[in-house]
Amino acid sequence: MSTGSILLWVALPYACAVVFIVGHIWRYRFDKFGWTTRSSQTYENRLLRWGSPMFHIGILMVIAGHVVGLLIPREWLYAIGIDEHMYHLGATWMGTAAALLTLAGLAILIYRRRTVGPVFLATTKMDKVMYVFLGLTLGFGTLATLVYQVFGGGYSYRESISPWIREMIIFQPHPEMMAEVPLFFQLHIITACLLFALWPFTRLVHVFSAPVGYLFRPYIVYRSRDESGAGNRPVRRGWDPVSTPQERKSSSSR
Amino acid sequence: MKVMAQMSMVMNLDKCIGCHTCSVTCKQAWTNRSGVEYVWFNNVETRPGVGYPRTYEDQEKWRGGWTLNKRGRLKLRDGGRLHKLSRIFSNPKLPKIHDYYEPWTYDYDMLLNSPSGEHTPVATPKSLLTGKDMKISWSANWDDNLGGSLETMAQDPLLAKMSEEVKAEYEQAFMFYLPRICEHCLNPSCVASCPSGAMYKRQEDGIVLVDQDACRGWRMCISGCPYKKVYFNHRTGKAEKCTFCYPRIEVGLPTVCAETCVGRLRYIGLVLYDADAVAAAASVADEHELLDAQRNVLLDPNDPAVIEAARAGGIPEDWIESAQASPIWRLIREYKVALPLHPEYRTMPMVWYIPPLSPVVDVVTNSGNDGEDASVLFAAIDKLRIPIGYLAELFSAGDTAPVDLSLRKLAAMRSYMRGISLDNVRDESIAQAVGMSGAQMEEMYRLLAIAKYEERYVIPPAHAEQAHDLEEMGCSLDFEGGPGMGGAGPFGSSSGEPVPVAIENYNSLKSRQTADRPSTPGRVNLLNWDGNGKPRGLFPPEEEK
Ligand code: HEM
Ligand code: SF4
Ligand code: SF4
Repeated sequence: MSTGSILLWVALPYACAVVFIVGHIWRYRFDKFGWTTRSSQTYENRLLRWGSPMFHIGILMVIAGHVVGLLIPREWLYAIGIDEHMYHLGATWMGTAAALLTLAGLAILIYRRRTVGPVFLATTKMDKVMYVFLGLTLGFGTLATLVYQVFGGGYSYRESISPWIREMIIFQPHPEMMAEVPLFFQLHIITACLLFALWPFTRLVHVFSAPVGYLFRPYIVYRSRDESGAGNRPVRRGWDPVSTPQERKSSSSR
Repeated sequence: MKVMAQMSMVMNLDKCIGCHTCSVTCKQAWTNRSGVEYVWFNNVETRPGVGYPRTYEDQEKWRGGWTLNKRGRLKLRDGGRLHKLSRIFSNPKLPKIHDYYEPWTYDYDMLLNSPSGEHTPVATPKSLLTGKDMKISWSANWDDNLGGSLETMAQDPLLAKMSEEVKAEYEQAFMFYLPRICEHCLNPSCVASCPSGAMYKRQEDGIVLVDQDACRGWRMCISGCPYKKVYFNHRTGKAEKCTFCYPRIEVGLPTVCAETCVGRLRYIGLVLYDADAVAAAASVADEHELLDAQRNVLLDPNDPAVIEAARAGGIPEDWIESAQASPIWRLIREYKVALPLHPEYRTMPMVWYIPPLSPVVDVVTNSGNDGEDASVLFAAIDKLRIPIGYLAELFSAGDTAPVDLSLRKLAAMRSYMRGISLDNVRDESIAQAVGMSGAQMEEMYRLLAIAKYEERYVIPPAHAEQAHDLEEMGCSLDFEGGPGMGGAGPFGSSSGEPVPVAIENYNSLKSRQTADRPSTPGRVNLLNWDGNGKPRGLFPPEEEK
């Protein structure tokens, strides 16, 4: 096993995962105010109306596909009656459709970013870097699917990539599993790792605020002093206001 | 019965001279930052007119506020939770900046640095969105004083509800100003539309705020508010709105717009209301009954049962006393001269208006009649159906009766008081004609015409033991990009650690006002200035003697 493959298939993914996790925690603590979609819809709506839903619906389908393909062992799918053939058809065709939808949406969004004056001016450096890595990851992924699955003989990544990831998750790295994987899949994985490392420092953090709670809360929100404590953020350790022990007790039980 | 306290405002439209002082001081205090250049938490509209943002009252188009579903229950006009989430990637009802106006600045450098030549140099307008030259074609009050209204007035959504011939006649007969802030509604549809739960109504005083740390920029509140009083900061990607100047209110000072109002027409005070009755009142089927339903949600602060329940609900004693002394309660419930703006949106707005009588008086005096004679004025109110119809579209869902009664009371007050000052007679019959007593007339006159500062503003300060909690609740605009801040953090203009609003607490307020130097040299924060003293930088230096 070469140093190169250890670097690429063990060190890089773990390093990116650490940056991803620690980065999110740090960003959330340091910069809640910057945690937003930074919508640009007030500037322009004609293109966004198409681009944004296409991209988002596509990417959510893509993510769902990855969960099924990578994280769920195929034996489990066999057990509920999804055999190799069915899976291959589904993954290839639905995957291709989702990829095309995503890429078309992304193309509209990037075209809009570049050509609509106010939107371009509101685009940060981080946005640009993010779009490069997002585009590369999506591009290599689609390319791999087209080259090996649609036009090629079909590559069974559920025998190499999927177990590699699952073993990584339980801290049993097996870089040798990745040695024989075709080039475009390898590139797809490397750019994806880098995208994850960038993630906490871009607007993509909005993904983790997907407002599912909205479905379950009452419409009108009241906030009382008792609930919000001393302010908008929890008091940092060591900075509790001077108080008697009784007070401290009752306030910590809030 | 669950008694809650609500800080609210009444504006006496008769006195508004349309000077926009309120808008300007509000802007200086809250929205003089990049990203909110186009935002006026307080704006003054000339009516009839299209308003700001343009045609915001056309709910068929913008779909803000609430309606009733088939079973007669409240639902957001633009659809419920699932429907909202399904349109989150692109919100079809979001106004574009151009529906407000494209903000601009001028290239002042041209005036100073252009070489001498035949023509006077001109400062060309530059768009604040694109940085390019632009042609100014709209603003927050483009149709001020009906300027250019022949072209745009027909777009006024209220006129569209009235018939054709009405328009022509109306245009000559009637004009008034409508200052608007957030209504701090009892049933706020902005809060209900916020997917992340970042908007909230403060339990202590009912002020509706956006938690800047929790807002994620889903921009649903902006389309949810039928008054279009939540705005999108296009630099920070967060929603912002009128805060009712809560840092001032907490120390007992009136809002900046009220404090600086030239016409002294704004009243601020507490009302007590029954939180359990709000939903039922907002879902009354007949739109014309909404006004009375909302009036009845407010509770009589002198009723022993109410006082009892208020105490049980944890409302402090001095707040109950303030509610008893509140000008708001008297104007809304005792005299019944104040009316809510667009009750048919069903958000239970809490900034109310006393409709303007002066246009009626103008018509009467211009035609050579006595504008202070009650019977002449009554007859004119009966005759001027058109302006009254228009006011009714604004204040009572099209029902003319409440507007009619309110104007009659104002007319009666005029002639009753003239009787006193000219002939020294108290003509009780005038008062009785509008269902009031002479004594009430005089009290109302004192409140509306003399309008002493202490009677206009009855604002109990937040409690010392609560102040610590109140002051840091999450709505600070003092972030990077907030008032007084500049520059950019590592992730663009919105990033970085927030500075909590506790800066604005009472002691620092006091030290700022009494310090011999401003804490931010060269700048005066009008939010902290209560009109006393002469902060450096606000006035030109006095001449040396
Ligand atoms: C999970 C649910 C998600 C929701 C509710 C959501 C919502 C949004 C919203 C509201 C915007 C702002 C659009 C605008 O008005 O300008 C946005 C922008 C964006 N989202 Fe998402 N998003 C989600 C997931 C994702 C995912 C998974 C990705 C990609 C990995 C993503 C990538 C982006 C990008 C790149 C933009 C910027 C578009 C542009 O203006 O150029 N989002 N998202
Ligand atoms: S007027 Fe104010 S409180 Fe009412 S819905 Fe609009 S923003 Fe919310
Ligand atoms: S400051 Fe007062 S008088 Fe002037 S426009 Fe505002 S509300 Fe009207």
